[in-house]
Amino acid sequence: MDANYSLMAIEIATALLAIGVLIIGLLVPKEQRYGLGYLVTIGLTGIFFLTFAFYGTNTKLFGGMYIVDDFSIFFKQIFLAAGILVTLAATLYVKKIGANYGEFFVMMVFATLGMMVLSSAGDFITLYLGLETMTITFYILAGFKKGDSKSAEAGVKYLILGAMSSAVLLYGLSLIYGMTGTVIVQDVAALITAGGGMQPALIVGLVFLVAGFGFKISAVPFQMWSPDVYEGAPTPVTAFLAVGSKAAAFAALIRFFLIAFPDYQAEWKVLFAALAALTIIVGNLVAIPQTNIKRMLAYSSIAQAGYIMTGVVAADAAGIKGVAFYLMLYVFATVGAFTVVMNFSSNTGSDEIKDYAGLAQRSPLMAAVLLVCLLSMAGIPPLAGFAGKIFLFSSIVSQGYLWLVIVGLVMSMASVYYYLSVAKVMYMADPTDNTPIVVPVGAKATLLLTMGITVFLGVYPEPLSVLATIASKALFMIN
Amino acid sequence: MVNFALENAWLIPFLPFMAFVLIALVFKPLPKVSAFVAITCMLTSFVLAIQIGIGVFLDAERFIEEPLKHTFTWFSMSGLTIEMGTQIDPTSAMMLFVVTLVASLVQIYSLGYMHGDVGFSRFFAYLSLFAMSMLGLVIAPNLLQMFVFWELVGLCSYLLIGFWFFKYSAREAAKKAFITTRTGDFGLLLGLLLLQINFGTLDLVKLGEMIPNFTQYGLTASGLTVIAIILFLGPIGKSGQFPLHVWLPDAMEGPTPVSALIHAATMVVAGVYLVGRSLILFQTVPAAMTFVACIGAFTALFAATIAVTQVEMKKILAYSTVSQLGYMMLALGCGSLTASMFHLMTHAFFKALMFLGAGCVLHGMHNELNIWKYGGLKKYMPVTYWTFLIGCLAIAGIPPFAGFWSKDEILLVTYNMFAHGHQPIYLVLFIMAVITAGLTAFYMFRMFFICFHGELRDEHAHPHEAPFSMLIALFVLAALSIVGGLVGMPWLEHPFGYYVRLGHFEHEAPNYFIMFGSVIVACIGIFTAITIYLKKSISHEALAEKYKGIYTLLYNKYYIDEIYLWLIHNVLDGLGRFLWWVDITIVDGIVDGVGKSTQGLGSILRRAQTGKLQHYALVLFAGVVILVVIMAMTGTSSASSMLGGVR
Repeated sequence: MDANYSLMAIEIATALLAIGVLIIGLLVPKEQRYGLGYLVTIGLTGIFFLTFAFYGTNTKLFGGMYIVDDFSIFFKQIFLAAGILVTLAATLYVKKIGANYGEFFVMMVFATLGMMVLSSAGDFITLYLGLETMTITFYILAGFKKGDSKSAEAGVKYLILGAMSSAVLLYGLSLIYGMTGTVIVQDVAALITAGGGMQPALIVGLVFLVAGFGFKISAVPFQMWSPDVYEGAPTPVTAFLAVGSKAAAFAALIRFFLIAFPDYQAEWKVLFAALAALTIIVGNLVAIPQTNIKRMLAYSSIAQAGYIMTGVVAADAAGIKGVAFYLMLYVFATVGAFTVVMNFSSNTGSDEIKDYAGLAQRSPLMAAVLLVCLLSMAGIPPLAGFAGKIFLFSSIVSQGYLWLVIVGLVMSMASVYYYLSVAKVMYMADPTDNTPIVVPVGAKATLLLTMGITVFLGVYPEPLSVLATIASKALFMIN
Repeated sequence: MVNFALENAWLIPFLPFMAFVLIALVFKPLPKVSAFVAITCMLTSFVLAIQIGIGVFLDAERFIEEPLKHTFTWFSMSGLTIEMGTQIDPTSAMMLFVVTLVASLVQIYSLGYMHGDVGFSRFFAYLSLFAMSMLGLVIAPNLLQMFVFWELVGLCSYLLIGFWFFKYSAREAAKKAFITTRTGDFGLLLGLLLLQINFGTLDLVKLGEMIPNFTQYGLTASGLTVIAIILFLGPIGKSGQFPLHVWLPDAMEGPTPVSALIHAATMVVAGVYLVGRSLILFQTVPAAMTFVACIGAFTALFAATIAVTQVEMKKILAYSTVSQLGYMMLALGCGSLTASMFHLMTHAFFKALMFLGAGCVLHGMHNELNIWKYGGLKKYMPVTYWTFLIGCLAIAGIPPFAGFWSKDEILLVTYNMFAHGHQPIYLVLFIMAVITAGLTAFYMFRMFFICFHGELRDEHAHPHEAPFSMLIALFVLAALSIVGGLVGMPWLEHPFGYYVRLGHFEHEAPNYFIMFGSVIVACIGIFTAITIYLKKSISHEALAEKYKGIYTLLYNKYYIDEIYLWLIHNVLDGLGRFLWWVDITIVDGIVDGVGKSTQGLGSILRRAQTGKLQHYALVLFAGVVILVVIMAMTGTSSASSMLGGVR
């Protein structure tokens, strides 16, 4: 057992940040706590830069329980980027919620920690630990607006359904453990072969795993919770849930299926291909009639999960690179869009799309950011989403899944309809209320960053593409 | 400093771009600051370009053998890597010098010319953007980057031609220029795609090595010829070659400095430059080369004949530009990069000079366009007079002015193609080129004498000399028009052609027959002009009356515009109406149907979302069960055979 704790510096720093902010929050008087949000942002930014030092480490700790490789580092950067942008945008919004200001940000950091553990998990136990650290904090965060019945409903719904999905996942894990006798992911493959190949119980376990992860990434038919929770939860939480939780689940899922079941790709690839197609179709179709922007974004996020799953179907370095690349750009598009929604609702109290009429006149910046982010999700060049979709789709074409690409492309076209409907309302319609909308400093920074990066990555995707390639190669190298 | 410039050549396009951004975002309300920023950036680029020129000149062997390349990957995925960067060799160094020089002078000139215009800042922003685009094109190491900046150049030309967008004619001209060049660009893009598909790269150096061995890449000679000709459509549009030349004369609707910069010295030569850069492609397939030569020679003669009858200074200069571009294409069609680039350079000097001179005349004559209203301007604007005279002598090909040396070079290579290459068609092209030379001298001096000699015909006009800021550019360009051609003298040990060339350098003995012949032809042209328009021994009106048919044909530019209009109105619009019907009834029907059914399906699926927790749990578990059952029942092999994928 090697225990070089310095390799876990990122996680340790994150944990210290969370605990530190929690304690400072108790020490300073209530009205002085509003700086804590920025403190968290600064702390996460520091950790974000720290992560770059860990590229090229590629080591296993604790006998394979914990893996520090470029793949996990890339995903940690995704979580941190999301955390930084969301905490930066949320300071004023959380202040309006009222109580427990500091704790909100502490919870965000703990959730980030859970995601990090999840992305580095090398065995079932660590995986579950990370998953629950992340999910339990999200239960709390979703119900954070205590006086608000919708928020409470979201919290409870997420709690009950999340517990059920955890049960399914655990059941799947226990079946696999029962058949192989190991909890270390990379030992599973060899033991299955030794034990006589794929057996019915293993297949059931596999499906349960798909269901358990499918819940977290909101793949159809395990997506039912997400629109309700997304709508009810405080908007910063929704944003973080949509990107962070989803990316973390993808990280764990990829490591699991590619490493534990490499010889049985045929089995799970078909499953993922079918679910990806279903997810893309249902997500996009149901997004069309939505009138509430958070619900619309929830369905759009389901559809995005479908696109990302196509990269898992490819199951090679190119496909995983596509997934990693897409998840990163998805952070910026989603956080940007939700920041606009957050700021709009804290100014007007509404999440209805029709109330966005004339937003371009009331706040040109917000309208522009929302437009750019939505178009990026739709995959319109020269925005980041276009490059991401090219990477994903080209990887599965070379694997022979042309039909899946066609589904993806047709549904991308359909998605342009509901994305542009919002743009039409913002730019073409006249506002009912002419008062300009003020964007607070932190949110403004998030808006400018997300828009800038989305455009930059679309025009010049190469730097991120190189990083994502490194990450995807590490996954195949270390194991 | 030289090394710094060579290593950081990207700064040359970047600086004007920075100026554009700064003006657009910050300095727009402050016209003077805008102009200052633009000119400072442009001059810095010019200094860098000179440094690069020195560096290339001093270490010529190295740069001729292997261009200095700096690239970075812009976009890569399996099977496709796209790079951007800079490529420095004698050809691009020469172009960088010419473009930055003319752009700097034009910007300084514009200080006076555009003084007091409401769009003063905007004008300098556009000029900077244009300089960025052109320089990015010149410095490109691959055809794709060239294409990107090529399109940007097209955009800038649209913006600048339509600069006075409140004028109907300017708007129309801008649209015409954009659409016409876009027609050619489609061909260019297609050609680039074909090259990329067949050779897997658009890098100039790599293509240069691969194209001669095209059979290894599964191409036939006729296939490559088709690619070359399709690719050539782009240059036909951009460089105003027949039959896509129609936009160039109309483009004179833009402010005169724009005409000088874009439609004489830089943008229109982009097509020539592109063909020059990919000349290997044309050389590999002789049929394509002959095609280029024929288009070039025909355009040269064709445009020169039109120029004889025009009555607006800028229109005459525009047709003369078309004609001179034809010369450059002809040189390329003879496989001579040297001759075309040499003429490109000298032409940039004297044509910019004449356009800016024309700008001074317009300035002095308060935008009166018709040259028959001018006359005797010599005494009102002496500086313009003398510099313009230098320009005319240069373009007419009188030694030792710049145009003589470069035009001589083109005539020589054309003749050599016939004499040594044994291709009879080139004799015809040679004769066309010689006639063009005579016509050029004639129509230039016709304009010159009508404008500057005789008596002022418009009594209401009060001509005056332009301000000093406008005259600086004239001085510099006049000096270059006098001496700029000497670098190509055949008696030098290392003439222009030693640096800018493709293949081996051969010291050609000067051909005195052609040299004297071309001077004699030019003199005939000039004396004819003197007889008719200066001494008026022959009445030009009587001539026009006598050859009325030809005169009308030429005056109406061979009715090309009318033919295009007729085609558009009858053929294209008819097709359009039919397609419109198809679109409205059939396509829209399908699209609306699809859209409605999509929305309907969405609404149905939406009902599954009841909001009830127990329903959600039911769906979740049902999903798990159904998946398990499917996997167990059908087995994985049949599922994968249904859904495909490579095992």
